Amino acid sequence: MAERIQKPKTTSKKTEQADEAAPAVTETGDKIKADIDDLLDEIDDVLETNAEDFVKSYVQKGGQ
Amino acid sequence: MALPKVCGIETEYGIVVRGAENNPVSASSLLINAYVAETARQRKRIGWDFEDEQPTNDARGFSLDESIAPEIETTLVNAVLTNGARYYVDHAHPEISIPEVTTAREIVVWDRAAEEIIRESMRFATPLLDDGAEIIVHKNNSDGKGNSYGCHENYLLARELPFGRLASQITAHFVTRQVFCGAGKVGCELPGRPPDDIAFQLSQRADFFEEEIGLETTLKRPIVNTRDEPHADPQKYRRLHVIVGDANMSEVATYLKVGTTQIVLAMIEDGELGDDLLLGNPVAAIRQVSHDPTLRQTIMLRDGTRATALEVQWGLLERAQKYEQTHGLDAVGDDVGRDVLARWEHVLTGLEADPDSVADWVDWVAKRRLVEGFAARHGLEPGAQKLKAIDLQYHDLRPDRCLAQRAGLETIVEPEEAIDAMTKPPPTTRAYFRGRCLDKYPEEIVAANWDSLVFDVGRDPLRRVPMMEPLRGTAEHVATLIDDSETARELLDRLGQ
Repeated sequence: MAERIQKPKTTSKKTEQADEAAPAVTETGDKIKADIDDLLDEIDDVLETNAEDFVKSYVQKGGQ
Repeated sequence: MALPKVCGIETEYGIVVRGAENNPVSASSLLINAYVAETARQRKRIGWDFEDEQPTNDARGFSLDESIAPEIETTLVNAVLTNGARYYVDHAHPEISIPEVTTAREIVVWDRAAEEIIRESMRFATPLLDDGAEIIVHKNNSDGKGNSYGCHENYLLARELPFGRLASQITAHFVTRQVFCGAGKVGCELPGRPPDDIAFQLSQRADFFEEEIGLETTLKRPIVNTRDEPHADPQKYRRLHVIVGDANMSEVATYLKVGTTQIVLAMIEDGELGDDLLLGNPVAAIRQVSHDPTLRQTIMLRDGTRATALEVQWGLLERAQKYEQTHGLDAVGDDVGRDVLARWEHVLTGLEADPDSVADWVDWVAKRRLVEGFAARHGLEPGAQKLKAIDLQYHDLRPDRCLAQRAGLETIVEPEEAIDAMTKPPPTTRAYFRGRCLDKYPEEIVAANWDSLVFDVGRDPLRRVPMMEPLRGTAEHVATLIDDSETARELLDRLGQ
């Protein structure tokens, strides 16, 4: 059954690419951090310019 | 043996209009009408069995000639789509009930299709608004200010299953499954508690549950809802209407939410779950679990012992693995069922070791990474409006704004499959008959509902085709029949109606 489990994407590939100078673990940590940094850069671009006002004025009627 | 766990999801989406009057009821109607009218117009343009149709009328922006009003008394907009779904206005929200399906994988396909329908609707509705105004739809369950709206699941169960046993045995799963299917929330909406009392919690919905069991869905919400409306033969079936879940952006979370629940329900139906995982105080527990992203706090079991939510989930998984050995998983689709078990084990293992390791499966983990990373980068305190904005925008269905789409979530459905499912019904349930008939004989259907279609084929009285069996009317049963019937009259003749 275990082989049916798909491993999280974030751990794929980078061990193969491990640089001879750096231990794989450090590389993995750096890679994840770089991914998050890229993502946060993107959030800075994608987040509504008036995000604070938008979220303040976001009111919904209660539903089910 | 457990009945096949026919299931569905109904989602109430958050809606706002920016740049014009923000009336959620009229905005929801506009959204749905724009979609229905535009899809009808496109079908006419490509000439699908509409040769005798009157010329297209420019003002038909709101014509409903392709959609069918279900037999539900309401003045609000209601449409049944050719994929077998219902698209309507409910409680000032646009809502899509996906067609009935049989597996967790199909749930994801038609839930993703529903998202794409909303995206198309936004696109079609915007030109109908004043310049610069837009309708924005979120797939979330709370506005962060104490107002909640639901993402409900429905499961087919045997009528003879005693409801008391069902309610008491399913509760542990409903309280603890949020560790992998919570959509995450910045802040707290418990009455009487300051919103910033809790920086981040697992679930959008947990703060809103006040009862263990009950009929309500809009106030004093119960963990187990007792609505008894099977939309099928009431002598044989009941429908468990589940109101406790979050709407998920992660496909894997939706898959696990429904897949694990199907299996637990099958175990209960077969009398295989037992009473050793009953909770002491479910209402307190659902909040405790949601408010504890460390996943380390314990909740009280009915026998007085304590366990973490993960331990309860491990207990359920072990029983499910044994059940698979002794009973098989035909009731939930054998291959999908085994894949659900494997992923269930994987997600619990990951959450136990390091939740970030399953950030590509679990919404609350994916969202928390964004919120905490953003806070660290910009030096923001918990409770900052910008962090609430990230929470909200995680669920934004506009492709250029949706943060979930950028969070590295694993997908299990190909985009083309979801696009296809916007117009095509699942082949595995009666939704196939509903969808195909609406597609092929739209002029002759005067009413559609979950459990019947009503035809008007001219001279005769209206003819109702009952669909009280959710697993009749599948592609296997009726595809050839529909293919071979040029008209609804021919179809009804062949059906012996």
